[in-house]
Amino acid sequence: MGTRISDTFDRLRAEGRSAFITYIMAGAPSLKRTGELVTLLEENGADIIELGVPFTDPMADGPVIQRAAEVGIKKGVTLRSVLAFVKKIRKHTEIPIVLMTYYNPVLKYGLKAFARDAAKAGVDGMIIPDLPPHEADEFKAEADKKNIDTIFLFAPTSTEERVKLVAKRSSGFIYYVSIAGITGSKLTMDQTTVRMISSARRHGGGKPVALGFGVSTPKEAESVAALADGVIVGSAIVKRAQDADLDKFVRSLKRGIDRARAKRGHRRSKA
Amino acid sequence: MSNRYFGKYGGQFVPETLMPALEELERAYEKAKRDKTFKAKLKVLQKDFIGRPTPLYFAEKLTKHLGGAKIYLKREDMAHTGAHKINNAVGQSLLAARMGKKRVIAETGAGQHGVATATGAALLDLECEIYMGTDDMKRQALNVFRMRLLGAKVTEVDIGSRTLKDAINEALRDWTASVRDTHYLLGTAFGPHPFPTMVRDFQSVIGREARAQILRAEGRLPDCLIACVGGGSNAIGLWHRFLKDKKVRMVGVEAGGKGIRSGEHAARFAGGSLGVLQGTKSFLLQDADGNVLGTHSVSAGLDYASVGPEHAYLRDTGRAEYTYATDKEALKGFELLTKLEGIMPALESAHAIAGAMKIAPKMKKSQIVIINLSGRGDKDVQHVAAIMGEGVC
Repeated sequence: MGTRISDTFDRLRAEGRSAFITYIMAGAPSLKRTGELVTLLEENGADIIELGVPFTDPMADGPVIQRAAEVGIKKGVTLRSVLAFVKKIRKHTEIPIVLMTYYNPVLKYGLKAFARDAAKAGVDGMIIPDLPPHEADEFKAEADKKNIDTIFLFAPTSTEERVKLVAKRSSGFIYYVSIAGITGSKLTMDQTTVRMISSARRHGGGKPVALGFGVSTPKEAESVAALADGVIVGSAIVKRAQDADLDKFVRSLKRGIDRARAKRGHRRSKA
Repeated sequence: MSNRYFGKYGGQFVPETLMPALEELERAYEKAKRDKTFKAKLKVLQKDFIGRPTPLYFAEKLTKHLGGAKIYLKREDMAHTGAHKINNAVGQSLLAARMGKKRVIAETGAGQHGVATATGAALLDLECEIYMGTDDMKRQALNVFRMRLLGAKVTEVDIGSRTLKDAINEALRDWTASVRDTHYLLGTAFGPHPFPTMVRDFQSVIGREARAQILRAEGRLPDCLIACVGGGSNAIGLWHRFLKDKKVRMVGVEAGGKGIRSGEHAARFAGGSLGVLQGTKSFLLQDADGNVLGTHSVSAGLDYASVGPEHAYLRDTGRAEYTYATDKEALKGFELLTKLEGIMPALESAHAIAGAMKIAPKMKKSQIVIINLSGRGDKDVQHVAAIMGEGVC
């Protein structure tokens, strides 16, 4: 039973490509603009859209995304209005949409009601940075019932035990936070990165692993794509959300990711 | 339910990046609290550095004035640096040093926990960085200077509400990036497990002393314990040793600000509902969409949108009861204690006095109340002067 997310990874895997996952903050500066951005990102090569939900206390986010969240909140954008927004754009796009929200708005919405409404709206997956897998039983039970993927995160500091738990409980893909830090920090790629990604692949039984936090240039996107099944770009896009040549930047990232295609070779064809 | 929880409250709602740090901290703390050397070191510091035991003072004139129960004050205001915060700061600094951490970070609102942490760090040769909202830094300029004198770096947080809540977010962000060599010295019985338990344990020295002291003075247990509740560490510190003494009533006083109806308050139990903020599940002041509401209190130390998870649990089980005092009532308590007893309470502790002003008169003269006087009021003099329209520069 595939979801839009796993179908996308399957297709890309067959093509030998890494997924290009782009993050934007809903409502910054308006939901209308967010709608335009989804179209722009899809037209310029994004494979999955990660949609941030504004929250008053985004403790895992760096300054760029914090400011964007403040704008969204001032505009009155809430979890509820983001679901309505997804429902609207779902009429003309099939691109997988993953919501990134903190846990409190979901808890306040009601876990069961949220899973029902999110599925109805066409949300495919959830990233909740302050909901680690050992606290997620109740949420995951509801999400699973509605076939919504639950994507958990792991980091360079994660112990083997934690990687195992995260990999096991994740569906759709597993999210590797490239640095011990917040979104928008500087990317580091080293032996740890290689080791952590292969550890998650092993424990996840071949579930795709995407890398995020700190990817900001085509060159970085290329080197990440050589290692991971997905490349997540957030702050770098949010920073340029108003720029007239955002499409060019997005295309350059896409080209970077696709350049890695040859290098990836057959290494993971058996995965 | 695991020991992460108090009933359904508590937990570890943090980014995965912090999990190894929390696991390491829990292991280290479990080991330290059973270790004779650690306990002996802490005991010496409690006595010779903090100045414990703090006195249990019979407030004779306040008792007479209110005309009811006999009132005792647990004098945490006489602890080094002027508040109970030092109990936790010294305990955690000692633990951080033992864990081999080179650096501690902390959040602060009014600056009391910042000063206590900077003090603990100076004592144990740890590098120290304190996060503080820009609005709070303006209001508490003197404490900012004190922290700097103690060798701490004070970093301003200029986002969100620019107060305590945002300082905690920023400290958590720092910790996410620095977990390997840094300990986050959280200042109250809040946040992800093991903080609520660990901070309570370091503060429970208050209640252990108070229980022995009242037994010596009166030959019996008190009838009622009153404490202010922000995050709730001074209250849980006083109460913990008495929890099994079922006849001892416990009352927590939250910040009623300008009144519950005004929406400008920090009375989580009066106006909040179940929520998750900054690592823990507890009562939370939030809007219909789950965003965290702004709070107000004359006292910066109580001005916070959520409350320690153990308090939520004690409320549900009925073991403790919670009320609130408004800004006005707290200011009256501040003035009353100062004039009557010559003891100037912190505005936080003045909420506990205000609570006692309602409770004690209804009790019999033979009954006994202990109020936790969690801190001294010197830091608030300028603020109070401004409210009273007195020109103090």
